[in-house]
Amino acid sequence: MGGVKITDILKKYTMVIALILVVAFFYWKTGGKILLPQNINNLISQNAYVFVLAAGMLLCILTGGNIDLACGSVVCFIGGIGAVIMSKNINVWVAVLVMLVGGILVGIWQGFWIAYVKVPPFIATLAGMYAFRGLSNVVLQGMTVGIGNSTFLNVFGGGAECYVPDLFGKGSLNVTCLLLGIIIAVIYVAFVLKNRISAKTKDYATAPLATEIIKMFIVCAVVIWIFYKLAQYKGIPTSLIWIAVVLVVYGYITSKTTMGRYLYAVGGNEKATKLSGIDPRKVYFFAYVNMGLMSGLAGILTVARACGAQPTFGQGYEMDAIAACFVGGASAYGGEGNVFGVVIGATLMGVINMGMSIMGVEANYQKVVKGLVLLIAIVFDVMSKKQKK
Amino acid sequence: MAKVLLEMKNITKTFPGVKALDNVNLQVEEGEIHALVGENGAGKSTLMNVLSGVYPYGTYEGDIIYNGEVCQFHKIKDSEQKGIVIIHQELALVPQMSIGENMFLGNERGRKNAINWNETYGEADKYLKMVGLSESSRTLIKEIGTGKQQLVEIAKALAKKAKLLILDEPTSSLNETDSKALLDLMLEFKKQGMTMIIITHKLNEVVYVADKITVVRDGSTIETMNCHEMEINEDRIIKGMVGREITDRFPKRHDVKIGDINMEVKNWTVHHPLYPERKVVDNVHMNVRKGEVVGIYGLMGAGRTELAMSIFGHSYGANISGTLTINGKEVVLKNPREAINAKLAYVTEDRKGNGLVLSNPIRVNTSLANMSGVSNHNIIDVDKEYQVAVEYKEKLKTKTPSVEQNVGNLSGGNQQKVLLAKWMFTDPDILILDEPTRGIDVGAKYEIYCIINDLVAAGKSVIMISSELPEVIGMSDRIYIMNEAKIVGEMNASEATQVNIMASILQSGRSE
Repeated sequence: MGGVKITDILKKYTMVIALILVVAFFYWKTGGKILLPQNINNLISQNAYVFVLAAGMLLCILTGGNIDLACGSVVCFIGGIGAVIMSKNINVWVAVLVMLVGGILVGIWQGFWIAYVKVPPFIATLAGMYAFRGLSNVVLQGMTVGIGNSTFLNVFGGGAECYVPDLFGKGSLNVTCLLLGIIIAVIYVAFVLKNRISAKTKDYATAPLATEIIKMFIVCAVVIWIFYKLAQYKGIPTSLIWIAVVLVVYGYITSKTTMGRYLYAVGGNEKATKLSGIDPRKVYFFAYVNMGLMSGLAGILTVARACGAQPTFGQGYEMDAIAACFVGGASAYGGEGNVFGVVIGATLMGVINMGMSIMGVEANYQKVVKGLVLLIAIVFDVMSKKQKK
Repeated sequence: MAKVLLEMKNITKTFPGVKALDNVNLQVEEGEIHALVGENGAGKSTLMNVLSGVYPYGTYEGDIIYNGEVCQFHKIKDSEQKGIVIIHQELALVPQMSIGENMFLGNERGRKNAINWNETYGEADKYLKMVGLSESSRTLIKEIGTGKQQLVEIAKALAKKAKLLILDEPTSSLNETDSKALLDLMLEFKKQGMTMIIITHKLNEVVYVADKITVVRDGSTIETMNCHEMEINEDRIIKGMVGREITDRFPKRHDVKIGDINMEVKNWTVHHPLYPERKVVDNVHMNVRKGEVVGIYGLMGAGRTELAMSIFGHSYGANISGTLTINGKEVVLKNPREAINAKLAYVTEDRKGNGLVLSNPIRVNTSLANMSGVSNHNIIDVDKEYQVAVEYKEKLKTKTPSVEQNVGNLSGGNQQKVLLAKWMFTDPDILILDEPTRGIDVGAKYEIYCIINDLVAAGKSVIMISSELPEVIGMSDRIYIMNEAKIVGEMNASEATQVNIMASILQSGRSE
C-alpha cells in the first residue's frame, strides 16, 4: 500500500474537519466560552434527545431515505404518559417500562402501515405526527404535569443531581470521570490493536501504521479531553451514559449484525435484496419499531431534563434528528451512512446552536444559519458524489 | 470515393488516473454505416461522448472535423445543431408521457410558453411513419414494447434533423425480430443518404449492416476494415478486438456425467401480476438433470424470465399453478428464501436492477444471499466474510484491486462474476442463469462459460436462458425453445442449428 492521499482523508473526514473549523470559529467569536466545562456539559445534556433520535432515524434513512416525521410528537406523547403515571405515585420503573413499551407499540403501529400496507413513510409518519400530538394533549389534558421523582430525574439526566457520583470524595476535580475517560481510551486502543494484529496474522490489508497511530492518538486525546472538561464541572451527566449506550448498540447493529446489513442492502437495492431471500418488509418494520423505541427513550430523557411534560414538547425534534443524519453523511437515497457520522452531525448542529446562543444571535437568524448549514452539507455530499463519476 | 463527413484526429481523453482514449483517429464517410467494435471499457462510448459534446471541448485533446470545419462542442445541443445525434444504450424516454411529447422533449414545437400540440403530434406522426411505426403519437411510451420504444428514439433523432446518427448498442434489449427490423431500417436510411455510426457487441449485426468496421482496443483505434474490399467474418473481428485469435468461443466439457433428473416442472402456468387474465407462462413442462446444461432459447417477451422467476420462490407472477419437483420430491416454494433453502439459485438478467447492491462492496454482495454462512446468531463474522469474498474472487478471476471495492465501480463482466459468486456461495444444486453474458465482452464471456462448465462438472444442474443463438447451441446439452409463453420445442444440442431453432419458433407462431 502506498501513501494515503491527503484528498482522500479530506473527503472521508470532511464533516470532522468542518466540526473542528466550526468549533474554532466559535472559540474565537465567544472568547473561548464555548469550550468552558459547563458548556461542554450542556452541549451533551441539551442534545441528548438528538443523539438518541438520530440513531433511530439513521436506520430508517438507511432503508431508502425514509424518515420519521412523527418522532417529535411521539416524544411528547410518551413523555406525557410517563409524567401522568408518575404523578399518580406509581413505581418509577413501571413508568419507565410503560414508556419504552409504549414507544415500541407506536413503532409497531407505524411500521405496520409502512412495511406491510406500503403506505409511503412520509405520509404514514405525517399522520402520526398529527395524531400523537393530539394524543399528547389528551393525555396531559392540555396542562403541564411536573415530575418530582428524584430517582427518575437523576437516572435520566434531569434536575441538579443528574451526575454519576464521584467515588473518590468531593475534590474540585471529579476523579471518577477522568478515570473513566482514560479507561475508555485504553479500551479503544486495545480494541484497535487487537483488530490490527488479527488482520495482520490473517494477512488482510491494513491501513498504514502511521495513519492508524495518528488516528488513535487523536481519538484518545479528544476522549480524555472531553472527560477532563466534564471532570472540572460536575462529572459525567447521566444522559451521556444513555447516549453512549444507544450509540454503541446502534454502531454494533449497523456494522456487525445481519439486520444491520439488510438495512443497507434494502436501501441500496430493494429488488436484489428481495431476490436474495430477504423479506424487505421485515427490514422496514424493524427500522420503524426501533424508531419507536428510540422515540420512547428520547421522551424519557426530554421530560426528565425538563422535570415535567408539556403538550408542546418535542416540536421540531424530528427535524433535528433528520438534519443530524444528513449532515453526518447519510445518503438521502438510502444505503449509505453510519453512526459515527450521525455523532459528528448531531454535535456539529449542537455546537452551532450553542455557539450562536452564547454570541447572542437572535433566534430567528439561528434558524437561518442552521438551514444553510444543512443545505451546504447536502450540496457538498452531492458534489463529491458527482466528482466520483 | 465519397466525401469524408467526420474526422476525429488524435483524440486523447484522460480521466483522473486513466487514459480512456489514447490518440484515437476515426474517419467516417458520408452515407456509410460505420461500426465501432471493441471489448467493454475499450473506449467506444467515451469516443462518442467526446463527439457529441457530453465531454465538452477543452476536456480532451485533438480535433473534431465535421463537414469540413473544425468543431468545438461545449454541450450536446451544439452537436445536435450540426446534425450529430446520439441514441444512448439506455432508452431516455419518459414512460408516463406520450410518444409525441417524448419526441419533442426539450425541442418543443410552437412558442416557448405556448406549445403547439397539433404541430407536435402532426410532426411526430410523420417521423413515426418514417421508422415504420403505426402507433399514434398520442400513445403513452409505457404502453408500447421495448422494440417500439427504440424506434421512437430513432424517430426522435430524425426529428432533430440528424445527418450523422450514432447508435450505442441499439439492439441490446431487443429480440431477434425487432433487431432485424431495426438493422433493416438502418440500411433503408443509408439508401436515403444518412450517415450512421453503430456501436454493438453483436458481431453478426456488424457483418450484416456495416460498410466499415473500426476496432477499438484499450483506448486506441487498432484498425479499420472496409467490408467491401475484404472478406469479413466474425472471427476476423474478434481477432482484432481481443488481439488474439479465439479458436474456440465455447470451451469444451470433458467427461461430464449426466445423471438423474434434478428438477422438473409440470403444467406450470403463470399469470401476469397486473393483468390476471393474461398467461405469461402457459402449461410448461421441463426438466433438468444433474450435470446437465439446459438452454432455454426464446425471444424477449417469450416468458423465459417469468418462468424462471416464478419457479424461484414465486418471485414473479400471480396465480401460479403446476407442480415443481426437486430431487424426486414435490415442493412448493412460496418465497425466495424457501427456494434458496431448496438449493435453487436464480442469477438475474438484470444485474444492476435485480442482482447487486451497487453501493456496497464485493464482500457484502457476495454474502447477501447466504448471510447465515458468514454469521453466528445474526452477528456477522467479517473475517469469514472477507475470506469467502476473496476465495470467490480468485476462483472466478474477478478483476478488482480488493474485495472492498464497490460493485458499482466494476465493469459489466466483473459485476456478472460477483453476481455468480453470490449465488454459488448459497451452494445451490440447480442454477438458473438468465442471460449470463448479456452486455459483457468476448473475453469475459469465455470465462463465464468456463465457470458454467465447472459447475456442471461438480454435478450441479444449470439452466441457461439466452437470446443469443450461438451461445445456446454452443453451451447447452439440451435446448428448450420458448415462444409466446409456451415451450414450442425441445432438442438435443447435437441436432440443434440456428435454422431449425428459428423454424420451430416460426412454426409455432403460424399454428396459432
